[in-house]
Amino acid sequence: MAANPTDARPAPGHQMASRWAAVLRTPLGAAAAALLALVLLLAILAPVLWTRRANAIDVGASLEGPSSAHWLGTNTLGQDVFYQVLVATRLSVQLALAATAIGVATGLILGAAPLVLGARAGRVVTAVVNLAVAFPPLLLALFFAVIFGVGEVGALLAMGFATAPTFARLTRTLVARIAGLDYIAAARLAGVGRIRLLTRHVLPNIGEPLIVNATTAAGTALLSFAGLSFLGLGVQPPDYDWGLLLANGLDAIYTRPAAAVAPAAAVVLAGSAFNLFGEALALSLGVPEVPAAAGARGRGRRRRNDVARTAGPERVRGDDPGRADQPDDREVLLVEDLWVSFPDGSTPVRGVSFALGRGESVGVVGESGSGKTLTALAVARLLEEPARVRARRLRLAGQDLLAAASRAQRHFLGTSAGMVFQDPMTAFNPVKRVGRQLAEVAAEHQGMRQRQAMARAVQRLREVRIPAPERRARQFPHELSGGMRQRAMIGMAVMGSPALIIADEPTTALDIIAQRQVLRLLKSIQAEGDAALLFISHDITVVGQVCDRVLVMYAGRIVENLPTAELLSHARHPYTQALLAAVPSMATDRTRPLAVVPGRPADPARLPAGCAFAPRCPLADTRCASLDPPLTADGEGRQVACWHADRVAADPVLAVNRDG
Amino acid sequence: MTGSVTSLVSGPLTAGARRLAALTDSPWLRFAARRLGQLLVSTLALVTASFLMIHLVPGDPVRAALGTTAPQSLVNARRAPLGLDDPLWLQYAHYLRDLLSGQLGTSITSGLPVSQVIGARLPATLELAGCAFAVAVVLSVTLGLAMAVVTRGGRHRGAELTFTSASVVLAAIPGFLLGVGLVYVFSVHLGWTPLAEKSGFRSFVLPVVSLAIGPAAVMARVLRLEMLAALQTDYVRTARAKRLPGWRIHLVHALPNALTATVTLCGLLLSGLVAGSVLVENVFAWPGLGAVAVQSILDKDYPVVQGIVLLYGAGVLLVNLVVDVTLALLDPRSTIRES
Repeated sequence: MAANPTDARPAPGHQMASRWAAVLRTPLGAAAAALLALVLLLAILAPVLWTRRANAIDVGASLEGPSSAHWLGTNTLGQDVFYQVLVATRLSVQLALAATAIGVATGLILGAAPLVLGARAGRVVTAVVNLAVAFPPLLLALFFAVIFGVGEVGALLAMGFATAPTFARLTRTLVARIAGLDYIAAARLAGVGRIRLLTRHVLPNIGEPLIVNATTAAGTALLSFAGLSFLGLGVQPPDYDWGLLLANGLDAIYTRPAAAVAPAAAVVLAGSAFNLFGEALALSLGVPEVPAAAGARGRGRRRRNDVARTAGPERVRGDDPGRADQPDDREVLLVEDLWVSFPDGSTPVRGVSFALGRGESVGVVGESGSGKTLTALAVARLLEEPARVRARRLRLAGQDLLAAASRAQRHFLGTSAGMVFQDPMTAFNPVKRVGRQLAEVAAEHQGMRQRQAMARAVQRLREVRIPAPERRARQFPHELSGGMRQRAMIGMAVMGSPALIIADEPTTALDIIAQRQVLRLLKSIQAEGDAALLFISHDITVVGQVCDRVLVMYAGRIVENLPTAELLSHARHPYTQALLAAVPSMATDRTRPLAVVPGRPADPARLPAGCAFAPRCPLADTRCASLDPPLTADGEGRQVACWHADRVAADPVLAVNRDG
Repeated sequence: MTGSVTSLVSGPLTAGARRLAALTDSPWLRFAARRLGQLLVSTLALVTASFLMIHLVPGDPVRAALGTTAPQSLVNARRAPLGLDDPLWLQYAHYLRDLLSGQLGTSITSGLPVSQVIGARLPATLELAGCAFAVAVVLSVTLGLAMAVVTRGGRHRGAELTFTSASVVLAAIPGFLLGVGLVYVFSVHLGWTPLAEKSGFRSFVLPVVSLAIGPAAVMARVLRLEMLAALQTDYVRTARAKRLPGWRIHLVHALPNALTATVTLCGLLLSGLVAGSVLVENVFAWPGLGAVAVQSILDKDYPVVQGIVLLYGAGVLLVNLVVDVTLALLDPRSTIRES
């Protein structure tokens, strides 16, 4: 309904014509156009063909019910209602179109007033329009009907002026958007006058949305006009439109219902023809009507073939989680052979395994699309349909997370796994106070009363070094700075003293100073609670500052796993090397372009048969292209998945890469 | 440093003054001041419009009302209380004065006070519109919410399609035409409910449904879309990460955010409902203001029309005020927004 003037550039005529013709090729557009054509055809032909039959008075046959001679019966004068309904099409449609024309014209004048009259007079007009828009058109029409008098012309003017405010506002919005564009500014500079500017440069470019809205408005006008005539304020006898026929028929609805139902149906049908055609125009000309549903729809279609409806993780093989090894008491998280897949066939996480001990912090790095965030969400059991999660083992603080979701598991996860998300601007609910959002966790999972939970929330805010925590707790998220919000987010994550904190790019959205504060805070909070930290980042240097150990992910797999202290000395995967080389330092030669990882990240829907990094790897050979290297341990606490791991340190190509 | 200077200068200032300064700084107070100013301007514009209406009518309104056959003496007698011979500004002043003392004038046709004419009919209209609004809100929130949860992420395509097309069709039919259809099906065909006029609970069903269905369909559709959008947001993911139960995520976290657009729309539809009731009342011979409004327009009984215009207009302004305050309560950020 709302119009979109993004295509505001002057378009060549034939291109516009083909855009309009495209409406007819959509099923909705074709159906609406056919219906509309029928209505318009009736409006033109019906009075010519049937006026005599419709107006023929036969007092002997008055007030008859439907019969073969009179399909819908007769009125008091014995006139045939069926033909009257057909003939009334012209007057009804005519009046609706005329009212819409008056409304659009008046609206255009009022809406363009700020442009033509200048700022001050324009503001007065705008204020009046804003006031009028608040009133429903029918009410405005009643008001104007008083002034213009009862009857066809009065009602026509009333309906027209009642439609005007909507179009005035639409015009103003469209004009305001266009007025800022370059070609208008250029025309203005060239000394084009205001009126000429409007008629030659602005109007042609807002025509499309105006026509779309006018089509819908014509439908509304048709329905409203029927209302006015029905009330006796519109068309007066002996003329008749559908509204008047309905008023005449309604009195006898018990004895001759057809005489009331037929004109009502005609109004609805004709009104829908205009409305539907307007909607079809809007849809096909690219006016966005249902943005939220569109994305969901595309996904839904793909999902249909998928039988599995569970969003929860599945066990890869049916083995007993507690059978082989009992968790030792330092273990916090155990992930074995974790897979995430989507019904479209892509598998963004492919067999990831790692473990986290108490007090330990592990960083997961990789480019966007490497599967690191999905891994974190899958571990936290936050992935929903249509994502599918499978694993051989997934254990948090001794509890099997592959078990079916239950209330107990919810409470367990609510207190044992704390999440810190990337963007603190959007991760807090904008309409709830910060303190309440924190307190919610304690109230929900730890059975605390409101007051007690609030005290815990304030305490946590103090622990994350938020000044005046009592006051801040009563504020809304938008009243806190970005860094402060992220600290509050960390406070929320540790409300339940979790064994595991998962931080997904927690500093990416922050400025450099807030970043440093948040990192330091995250470390100290983790140390205080002796929690394990799973830290997701695309920035290998940040991971180096925070974590004990780094997992490098590429195309859904862990390709290297080593202590952060050994990153510079012992990294053996070419991808890790490339990531390190891409980090600029103070010593970087700024006259040379910044180093990047060459090539494009792998597409999870189309992975190569062998090593996924091979297409971008300077060391790749035929074996890399055909065989995916397994993640193998070197016996000194490091793992790497590369056929050429031993060559990396010595390779001159990579050495240059790193120094550059 | 600036802080210490200010505190030195403002040393003698009392705590009360400082509190006042803090209060004027509050977004809520500024919101209230702005909104009340807006209301004042709108009300003045409405009153002026209803005053001018009678003067915009071509010719002598009293002569027009009483018809050409009425004796001049009667016309003069009815003209006198209207003060139509005074200068325009004085008439306006009198009009404002009378309004402030609660006087709406006298009906030209019946000679009764307008407030009495309106007062006799207003309750029936309020009952009808109130019921219809309540039904529309309950129906649309329940349905929109349920449909959003059921169809989120592309689940249940069939249900989504049925819901969307049904709501589009129902929303496109104006209440009075729907009323005719309902009367035909339920009263004429099935004989379930009395045809017309107000008599007990059963007589409410059809008028209320005719008025409520359209707005309910529009609101349910919008609410579903808003809910779907809200369910995709980061803060809903945060709520899920906090392992809140489903009802809490949907009702406490997503719904208030989804409601803002719906409440705005709700206001529009409620004012539309006020206007729509005029038509629906005429379909069902409802003893409300609608019939009086139409009759007084036909009779050119301008004082009554003026009173009704004022009343309907005030209703719309009140609805808009309630909407804005509700929005401010739902989303405190909207108090900051400068209009």
